[in-house]
Parts: sequence; C-alpha cells; structure tokens
Amino acid sequence: MNRNKTNTALSATALKQAVRESFIKLNPAVMIKNPVMFVVEAGTVIVLLMVIFPGLFQSQDTMGFNIAVFLILLFTLLFANFAEAIAEGRGKAQASSLKKSKQDMNANKLIGEFIAVVSSTELRKGDVVIVSQGEMIPGDGEVIAGLASVDESAITGESAPVIKEAGGDFSSVTGGTRVVSDQIKVRMTSEPGQSFIDRMIALVEGAKRQKTPNEIALNTLLISLTIIFLIVVVTLAPIAGYLGIELEVPILIALLVCLIPTTIGGLLSAIGIAGMDRVTQFNVLAMSGKAVEAAGDINTMILDKTGTITFGNRMASELVPVIGSSIEAFSEWAAISSLMDETPEGRSVLEWMKKQGMSYDAGLAAGGALVAFKAETRMSGMDLADGRRVRKGAVDAVRKWVVAQGGTIPPDLEQISNTIATLGGTPLAVAVDNRLFGVIYLKDTVKPGMKERFDQLREMGIKTIMCTGDNPLTAATIAREAGVDDFIAEAKPEDKIAVIRREQAEGKMVAMTGDGTNDAPALAQADVGLAMNSGTIAAKEAANMVDLDSDPSKIIEVVAIGKQLLMTRGALTTFSIANDIAKYFAIIPAMFMLAIPEMGALNMMKLGSPLSAILSALIFNAIIIPLLIPLAIRGVAYKPMSASKLLSRNVFIYGLGGVIAPFVGIKLIDFAVHLWI
Amino acid sequence: MDIVQMLVVLTVLVLLVKPLGTYVYHVFSNEQNRLDRVFGGSERFILKLIGVHKREGMGWKQYALSFMATNLILVAFSYVILRLQNALPLNPNGMGSMEEALTFNTVISFITNTNLQHYSGESALSYFSQMAVIMMMMFTSAATGFSIAIAFVRGITSKGKTLGNFFEDFVKAHTRIFLPFSFIITLVLVALQVPQTLDPTLTVKTLEGTMQQIAIGPVASLESIKHLGTNGGGFFGVNSAHPFENPSPLTNVIQLLSMWALPAALPYTFGLFAKNKKQGWVVFSAMMCLFLVFLSVAYTSEKIGNPAMSALGIDASQGSMEGKEVRFGIAQSALFTTVTTAATTGTVNNMHDTLTPLGGLVPLGEMMLNVVFGGKGVGLINMLMYAILAVFICGLMVGRTPEFLGRKIEPREMKLIAVAILAHPFIILVPTAISFMTELGYGAITNAGFHGISQVLYEFTSSAANNGSGFEGLADNTPFWNISTGLVMLFGRYISMIAMLAVAGSLMRKPTVPETIGTLRTDNKLFGALLIGTVLLIGALTFLPVIVLGPIAEFLTLR
Repeated sequence: MNRNKTNTALSATALKQAVRESFIKLNPAVMIKNPVMFVVEAGTVIVLLMVIFPGLFQSQDTMGFNIAVFLILLFTLLFANFAEAIAEGRGKAQASSLKKSKQDMNANKLIGEFIAVVSSTELRKGDVVIVSQGEMIPGDGEVIAGLASVDESAITGESAPVIKEAGGDFSSVTGGTRVVSDQIKVRMTSEPGQSFIDRMIALVEGAKRQKTPNEIALNTLLISLTIIFLIVVVTLAPIAGYLGIELEVPILIALLVCLIPTTIGGLLSAIGIAGMDRVTQFNVLAMSGKAVEAAGDINTMILDKTGTITFGNRMASELVPVIGSSIEAFSEWAAISSLMDETPEGRSVLEWMKKQGMSYDAGLAAGGALVAFKAETRMSGMDLADGRRVRKGAVDAVRKWVVAQGGTIPPDLEQISNTIATLGGTPLAVAVDNRLFGVIYLKDTVKPGMKERFDQLREMGIKTIMCTGDNPLTAATIAREAGVDDFIAEAKPEDKIAVIRREQAEGKMVAMTGDGTNDAPALAQADVGLAMNSGTIAAKEAANMVDLDSDPSKIIEVVAIGKQLLMTRGALTTFSIANDIAKYFAIIPAMFMLAIPEMGALNMMKLGSPLSAILSALIFNAIIIPLLIPLAIRGVAYKPMSASKLLSRNVFIYGLGGVIAPFVGIKLIDFAVHLWI
Repeated sequence: MDIVQMLVVLTVLVLLVKPLGTYVYHVFSNEQNRLDRVFGGSERFILKLIGVHKREGMGWKQYALSFMATNLILVAFSYVILRLQNALPLNPNGMGSMEEALTFNTVISFITNTNLQHYSGESALSYFSQMAVIMMMMFTSAATGFSIAIAFVRGITSKGKTLGNFFEDFVKAHTRIFLPFSFIITLVLVALQVPQTLDPTLTVKTLEGTMQQIAIGPVASLESIKHLGTNGGGFFGVNSAHPFENPSPLTNVIQLLSMWALPAALPYTFGLFAKNKKQGWVVFSAMMCLFLVFLSVAYTSEKIGNPAMSALGIDASQGSMEGKEVRFGIAQSALFTTVTTAATTGTVNNMHDTLTPLGGLVPLGEMMLNVVFGGKGVGLINMLMYAILAVFICGLMVGRTPEFLGRKIEPREMKLIAVAILAHPFIILVPTAISFMTELGYGAITNAGFHGISQVLYEFTSSAANNGSGFEGLADNTPFWNISTGLVMLFGRYISMIAMLAVAGSLMRKPTVPETIGTLRTDNKLFGALLIGTVLLIGALTFLPVIVLGPIAEFLTLR
C-alpha cells in the first residue's frame, strides 16, 4: 500500500507554491465555500478593523491583545489554506507531468487512400490515423489493423512496453503514449479534450473535484455546529451585560473561533483531495471521490479467478508415479523432459522439484536434442545422446506413442489422470521409449498471500466471490485453497451481472474488476468497477476506476484506501469536537474572572492570566491544524479488523485523545505566553 | 432511608419498562391481538364517525399535515372556550373571560404538551375550561406526541412507503393508553383523598374564626392525565405541591411513576419495532445513566443545603427545605424535580426557584438536553436524533459511510437534523438574550444577579423543551412573556417534530444495508457510551456559557 513513487518529503518548490496558494485562498469569494473558515475570516477582519481604527470600538486599552488575536486568527486561516494547497499540490505535480505528454502533435490522418498530416486537436471521433514507430498516438482509440508495442509509461509509470493489436482485449490505445515498434492503424474513439488523459489531468488536478455525499453531509453538520456556537457567542454578550460584565469583541471572537470546528473545517477538503491522491499514487485512477468512498462501503467483492486469485498459468504441483515406477525414477525423467522446455509449465516442473529438494542427473541430457512441442503430436521432450527418447505431453498422446512402440500401459494411469482432471488440473504423462513413468499434476496456483488477504477482507466484513469459467469441482478446489467465501463456476458474463444484481438487491455494495468488453455491463452495474488499463475502451468507460498497472488484485487495497479516507474524516471530526471541552475550560473562566473572581475555581488548568488563557487556547486552535496536516494527508492508520475493535481503538485515540490533548497543549502554550502577559 | 426511597421508585420503574413497552408495541404494531376485542369496536366507531374508513398508511408529509391540522382545530376550539368561559356552563365560581395574550399562551402551552401556566387555575379557569380545554388538550397533546414517536420509529425500523395512519394512531393512543390508564389512576387518587367534585369553592370558618376560601374541583381526573401525558399543568397554581393535588408520599410516588413509566418504556417499544431488544435497552440505558447523574447532583446539592443559611447558624442538617413540602422531604422532592424535567412533565412538588444553585441546574440541564427520557414520544425522537448524529460521527471511524439501523445517513437527513439541533439552542438563547435587552423582559426578574439569569433562562428552556415547569419567581403574566414563551413553545414542539418525521420518511424509503462484522454496531455498551458522549458534546456544551453565568456563578459565589 505504501508504494509511493514520489518522495513523501515535499520539495521546496512545492512548499513555496503552497505558501503562495494559502494567501491567494484568503479571497473571501473562495473562502465562502468553506463556511466554517469563512466565519473565522469574518472574525479576523473585525479584529483587524479594531486594530486599525481603535476609536471606532473604544478598545484602545487592549491594542497589543487585539493585534495578537488578529495574527493568530490570520494564521489559523493560512494554516487551513496551506493544508488544502499542499494536498492539491501533490496532484498538480502529477498533472503537469501528464500535460507534457499532451502537447499538440501531428497526426497522419487517413482520408480515403491518402494520408494527410493534421494537428491532433483536429481529430474527431471515428477518424482513422496511422501511427508508426517512434510516433505518439494522437488520441484515445482502438487498433483496427496491425500490431505494435507501445510505451505507456507516461500514464502508467511502467517502462516495459505493451503489445497492442487489432481485435481482442488488447486493442485500446491511449493518447499521449508512444509506439516503439511496428505500425498500427487506429480509429479515434474520443473527441479532443475528452480523452482519457484529459480526464486524468482534470482528476489529479482536482479541478473537477465535486464534494461527495458524505462530505456534504459532514459539512452540513459542521455548518450547523458553527451556527449553534455563533448563537451561543452572540447571545452571551447581552446576558453577561445584565450582570454588568462588558465582554470585549475580540474575546467573543476568540471564543467563537475556538468553539467552531475549525480543525476539521480546515482539513476537510485536504482529507478528500489526499484520499483521491492516495488512490492515484497507487496508480489507480478513480473517476470520482464518490467511487473511493463507495469502496469503503463494499460488502461483496467479485473477483475473477484467473489473473486475480491465481497466476493463470498452470504449474506443476505434484508428481504421481504409476504402478511399476518409483518417484525417484519418475522425477528424474520428468526433469530431463523439462530441462530444455522453456514453457512456463516446463519450467514449473523444475522449480517444483527444486522446492521439494529433489535432484536429478543433468548429465543424462548432455548432448541431447530438444523435441519441440507440436500441435499434431501434443508432446515435447528430448532425444538423448544414447538414443533414448524422452517424451512429455497430453496423457492420451503419450499413451498412443508408448503403445506404438510396443509398450504396456500401466493399469492405474486412467484413474490417476481422471482424478487430476476432475480436480481441475491438467495431467501430463512422461514416458521414455516404451515405458510410461508417471503423471505430472499441473494446476492453476493461487497467488501467495491471497488467503491472508481474504481472511482480512472477511474480518472487515467483506464477502468474496470468485468467478471462473472452470467446472464446479475445479472451482471448488481453488476456492477452498484461496479461502474465498463463495464461487461461481462455469460463469458467463451474464452470470456476473446476475450476481451483482442479487447482492445489490440485498442492499449490498459490490466491487468487481474486469478488462474485457464483455465485462463492461457488469463493471457499470457494480458500485465499484475497477477496469484494467490494458483492457478495452468499453470496459474503461463503464468502470469508475481504472488500474494503470492492470493488476486486478489491487481492488483489495482500493477498498482499504476508501475506508481509510472515511476513517480519517471521522477521526478528525471527533478530535475537533472533543477539543471544545478544554477550550471552554480555558476561555470561560478567563472571560468572567475579572468580574466574578470566584470563577477562578473553573480555571482547572491554572492558566497564568485571563488574557494568556484566551491567547493560548486560540494558539492551540491554530497550530493543531498544521500539526494534523500529515495525518490528514497520509490518512489514519488502518489495519483490517472488525468494526467494534476499530471503533474502540479510534474512539480511544481520537475521542479521548481529543479531550486530553488540548488540556496539555493549552497548558504548555500558556507557559510560554504567560511570560509576555 | 432517602436512598432507599429513591431506589424503590427506580426499581419499580425498571420493572415496568418491559411490560409497558410490550403493551405499547402491541397497541401500535397494527397486528391483530387480543386487545382488539376490547377496544376494536369503539375505535372502529370513532374512526367511522370522523370519516376514516380505510386506515390507509400515510407518507410523512400527509402524516405531518394530519397532525398539524388536528392540532390547529383543537387550538381554535380551546381559544374560543377560554375567551367565552364566562358565558359557558359549569362556572360555579363565576370566572371571567381570559385575556387575549394569556389565552394565546395558555392554548399554545397545552397543545404543545408544555403546560407552562401563566395563570392560576383556581382563580382564572371555570370547571368547564379545566375539563374541556385543559384536560382535553392534556389527552390530545400527549396522544399527538405518542403518535409522532411511533410514526418516527416505524419510519426508521420498517421498510415501506408509509409511517402509518395518524388518525388511527391518535385514536388508539387515547382508547388503549391514556383513557384507560388515567381512569384507573384517577380512581386510585380519589381513594387516596384527592378531591374530584364539581362543587364550587368551599368557604369555611377556620379555628381562628376567620373565613377562608378553599378551592376544590375535579382535581383527581386532571391529576392523572397531567402526569400520564407528561403535561404538568396543575389544577392549582402551586401544582403538585398542593395538598389536594398530591396529598401524601404515596400519591407522590404514583405521580412520579405515572409520568415516568411511559417515556421510559418507549425505548423498549422502539427495540421491539426494530426487532432488536438490545437496541432498545441501549437507548434506555443511555437515558438512565444521564438521569442518575442528574438525580445524584440534585439530591446531594439539596441535602448539603445552602451555606449562607448555615453561616447564619441555622441548623441545615436536613438539607435545604426552602420551598419544599415537609411531607415529601429532600429525597422525594429531588427525585420529583429530576423526573419532572427529565420526562418534561413540568409538574412540581417543590418550588424550583428555591432549589440550591446546583439543584436548580439539574432541571435546567435536563430540559436543555431534552433527551433524558423526555416528554411523550419527543424524548425518544430526540435521543434517536442524537443516535443518528453519533452514528454519523463515529460511523465514519469504522471506515464506512454512516448507517443507522441499516440505512445510510446522507445529506438530506443531516440537513433535517441540522434544523432540529439548531432550533433548540436558538429558541432558548435568542429570546433569553432579547429579554435581557429590554425592560419588558428583565423587568419580570424578582431576584437580581445570577439567579435572575437562571429565572429567565429557565422560563425559555422550559418552554422550548415543552416542559412547562416554572422557576416560579418570574412575574411572567405580561404580554411580552405570554407572547414570547408562546412562540418558543410553538417552535420548540413543531420544528423538530416535522423535521424528524421528514427524516423518518426519508430513511424509510432507503434500501437496507445488511449488517456485517464491518458494520458499526449500535446495540452495545460502547455505542451507549458514545451516545451519551454525543449528547454531552453537542447538546450540553452549547449551553455551558449561560449555565456558567447563571447557576454555576451563583453556586461559586454563594458562601
């Protein structure tokens, strides 16, 4: 999860940029979008006016105090702006590198029989272009003829080129990527300005960032808390006035700013932007913040077996000798037959034996000649220097070959190969001349660590469903081995949609991954659809996330990022609200202590003087924002565990911590501030 | 002995929760049950009479409109009667017509279940008014509150399109709960010497030889519904401190339980509706924990008494007995005060104005929170609103968008809840501040200084929470106070009711999210604690500054 390619330490230019942004964002027209901070800004302006025109408010006596309040309030605003700017900055850096690949370029547009050189911005959907070695692909499109290797590092960061060819699931190309070999004919599938890379730039820049429903709901809560405290503070003046206590405006503003949830108000948008950014850093492109949040809510995850849960290629998992043979003899010949076999299956035999600690005499093969696999013979092997011929291949092919040489067929061969087949494996027989030694059990292997991940998912309350085209028996074997909760065997694309609909009808949120065009409807139906970048345009259009590395198992991490985003929001909200208790105990006694000396009893923190108490609370309120920026951007630590445990842990850290931290913080600040007043 | 008295009442209450909660559930579950045979006939007759032929379910808007229209008609009816009571029958003491602003205040006060009384019953109301207006509204306002609570619970626990039929709920609340229960309690109170008569005020010659007027009337019947419906408006000015309203410790306990049992049973009913009794108990426990804290503060503070009195050399060993009845003592008075403001009844058996500063903080605090059991139905609705808030804040901390009882809490619900949580401090603090800016307001204060702040604050808090008890020191029968508190009561009742009905209407239509191990559980101890925390952080902190200026400053300066 921490695959941060960019250095987390911020560069000096990024910092400078963020500082500049913090001042630009002081513009009230921008600030009004964040009502909590807008109230702070209004307060700041009032205090500033009191500093400039002291006569207007009859407040000359406390000039120094007013200036201090003004400065702290200003810094509160700047800190909040800074948090947002820093979060946005990370996206912007990425966007600017993307923009480089989006420069205007010339395209070889095919008009009838002729090729016209036009600007890439003039290309429309449906136009056909020819792209040759060394040229940039001018826009998103589909390969309609030819085969080429394409360098997609501009988007994926992956330097190895990928093969794109007409037809099939590897036909889509992205504008701004470079053809490194051969030539392809591409039909444009997007209008200029709406290509994948354009959307990507908009997304990472945060320009198109819309508030998610949860953010809006939380904002509503924060605004109502702000209004409540506004009422509290505004009504306090006349009520205290009845007792003959004159409350100075800056003190009331200080109280207001301390009580309203400035901490979360200042960090809320940074949390959202950073959450999206974490997904992007992870090389997954989420089309909206809503999709990331939805990932946190996932109840059911539908995963393709091949490529996601298993490696997809068959590997040796057992060597079964037939009657009349021994494991030693069989393994020796199995190794010899695979020695020069460069197929993954062949290599896996040697790897498996190495892992089992089995040895063989490589000398036997010296001087031997490779017999390559042919579709007609369905066997491969080696002709040894001493004339013996070693063969490995499909069971019936090998059997025929042995019989043809007058050999006998071991009685248990049929049974062994059937057992392997019913378990979903592939049996490969190994023979030397007219003698059959045994059967290699090839099977699809579960990727390491998958079981643990599914256990974690289960702990998070997420059900996993494996989708496979295999027969039910094979599916059950892999499902058990991988530890998924459920599986669909012999699955057709329609089945996936049916499962998604069934789960959704029960109110569950479903996530799935897919790459092929036939996955598109299911990707669209799912609440979180993660398409592979290597997949078809249709799949990418239908999904709400695209994985640039085309690693389907990443969906699991995406869920964790979604949860982390929501948790960070909740934790900082709790922290912010819990802070109010200490701030009350700092400011309330300070406000009334001069008029009612007995109020000193409420000064539990034993703060130096009323003015220093108010300033300390205000300073704490301001500096807590930059102190929490790293947490807001990184997200709170998330380990998969049940909701109850997670809640107790977070309530303890951010709830209880939120109550205690300001008591300590304000007291410490007061030590310093009290030296001055 | 004091502790035992309180423990006995608490134990009886807890024992009553389950049977009563189950009974209320069966009344409103609209499933066939044995009660239908007893009450079904009369209900069918009443519903037919008012033109409800098919008991069709209503959406939240229709439900809200129905209850508003019903209440409006009752208000108009009552206003006319109070204004014309001099010309109406059953007026043996020859009461005159009630003045306009006071009538406005009184009518609003009773329709909103507040029962703030700026009049004294024995000198302002005819028997007919007492029965046709005061008692009638005591039934209808309680039944309205109950219906709304049930509709809200149906909305958040069931999946459907309707919250139920208001008229059916309203009628059933009368026929199956308030009428039979108050009938029984009336008889018990009569047996315990509470008067029930239509005879005029007695004029008797006392032992000293002077003539004395002794007010009587249909007291017992009013007394029973006054508590059952958490109304609190007394027959006499001094309410349940009057020996005819509340003659003995036994009647005191009956009154305590009859105002407390139904609000305390409602969380259990909610649990039954939610098909999760634990959920109901969690809400109940949160309420009970807050209650116990308040009760302990009230009791200890009254028991310790007033240091100023001790300083004068007066024996304060029995606690602060100022404004309390000797027949009740500290324990029964403290318990009564805590219960009456918890259940927002507003009936009093001692004068809250004379409570010690911290003792006075208890009723004030409970009304500010308005969730410690709370009035007929409203308390449960408010507590569930805080539960939704708690879920919203804490739900995020388990890494999911918040959901309560399987439904997502989204912007629409938060906006409606924002209206409800804003309304309460707004209608308490703003009018309080205004009162301190005009002579019309602070002129009514009879006890200057910190206590004056408490007096004004108490009046508006009591109005906003639809409690109705008074810090009786305020000279509040003036147009300013009648109109301002009238409006506060009105907003205090209807804004949150309508907003919360809308929340129920919105949650009802949402698909339910199945519960998994990854879901925030709302039916365990941790959530109970979080619920209390949310109530204190959001509900209580709002009022801290004024509380500091009122009761706390008074406490700190009283030496």
